Amino acid sequence: MSLSRRLLKHALVATLVSFAVCAQARADELIVSAAASLTNAFKAVGDAYEKAHPGTRLLFNFGASDVLMQQIVKGAPADVFASADQKAMDKAAAEKVIVPATRKDFAANTLVLIVPNDSRFAPTTLNELTAASVKRVAYGDPASVPVGRYTQGALQSAGIWDAVSAKGVLASNVRQSLDYVSRGEVDAGFVFGTDAAIMPEQVKVALTVPTQTPVTYPIAQVEGSKHAADAQSFIAYVLSPAGQAVLAKYGFKPPSAQ
Amino acid sequence: MEHAWVPLLLSLKVAGWATALNLVFGVAAGLGLARWRSGARDVVDSLLTLPLVMPPTVLGYYLLVLLGRRGVVGGWLDRLGIQLVFTWQGAVIASMIVAFPLVLKSARAAFESVDPQLERAARTLGISETAIFFRVTLPLATRGILAGTLLSFARALGEFGATLMIAGNLPGRTQTLSVAVYAAVQAGDDSTANFLVLVTSATCIVVLLLAGRLVPQHSLMTSR
Repeated sequence: MSLSRRLLKHALVATLVSFAVCAQARADELIVSAAASLTNAFKAVGDAYEKAHPGTRLLFNFGASDVLMQQIVKGAPADVFASADQKAMDKAAAEKVIVPATRKDFAANTLVLIVPNDSRFAPTTLNELTAASVKRVAYGDPASVPVGRYTQGALQSAGIWDAVSAKGVLASNVRQSLDYVSRGEVDAGFVFGTDAAIMPEQVKVALTVPTQTPVTYPIAQVEGSKHAADAQSFIAYVLSPAGQAVLAKYGFKPPSAQ
Repeated sequence: MEHAWVPLLLSLKVAGWATALNLVFGVAAGLGLARWRSGARDVVDSLLTLPLVMPPTVLGYYLLVLLGRRGVVGGWLDRLGIQLVFTWQGAVIASMIVAFPLVLKSARAAFESVDPQLERAARTLGISETAIFFRVTLPLATRGILAGTLLSFARALGEFGATLMIAGNLPGRTQTLSVAVYAAVQAGDDSTANFLVLVTSATCIVVLLLAGRLVPQHSLMTSR
């Protein structure tokens, strides 16, 4: 056997062994696809959960709920899905990618209108957004971001959707709206109350916006998860008093509050 | 599906402007680097080539910090009433910077490959330096510059990361083809995505065919 062939053989064996080791390490990792607004709260819930369940590692995939739902529909190996509105979860249920019996509402939130902290614009009603001095308003793309759908519903019921959407800047998730407002690139933006609370120095809440449908967050186990027991254990932890206490610390309300 | 023509036309407008500006700045910088005799030349060349290798998100972030309303340059522009973030002009700047090295590299190589004997011969005939540049040097370097310009147009047409960060996703105003594809896929709107992807692919093929017509293949390959 020539030297190069022997080297090739060793390299192949080493590669296979390292793949096997990686696969071993991945065996008890739980992938949680969660709405972008849950970023800070779920990281803290995850830390607490990992302390209570040594041996299980949580991997979070944060993003716009509909994007996460699309990923799961197309076969992404998520174990748990947590959405920022019922519609994204309904679509997941219609595509039969979640286990319906495991679906539970675990948190509630509010929709708020925020402005940059140093802004002189301090709207007290939604109608003020139609003023000519307001050039740009950020909100999530209603086609893929729950906060955008709540925004659209609220503006439609106020009869000003057409006027405001003409100056809309579509964000690909709620944290992008927050970022646009915090940098002062837009005059105002729609986010959840818990998002505004992340950046008290950069943004201020002008008003809390009543929504057509209550802002509630459902969670469910993904159909075909290889870690079904762990997934259900994590869902139970989120709903438990310990999990709810962490969520409350980040401003989320219990689901029954709305 | 006529709404797909809006992002296509916007993409062509943005890439066209970016390429026109790059042609001016890239050729000037390429000539400067080809003629400049200094140790700092390689450093400057590397700095100007950075956008080719840096992640577009890093460029987008730099641009946002620099050109945003609270940025150094953006704040000053804001007082003049000019806003670049969330405008198609912002998208032009992003595409321009990302594609700039392609023009610069090929222009520099093209100028360096011009035989200095020919320029010296022209000088002995008593023509002005400006005339030498436009009548001897530039015609000899045209093919290389043209090849780089077409590559730069193609790159600008496909720009996504930096564009999304600085120009955002405003349908009809800053939503270029690549951003429109991204938005459609995010929304799970596969039929729109399919159509946009086909339009994009067809546009790229047309650009490459035109490039083949304008510039003989061997000079596209060697870009000299």
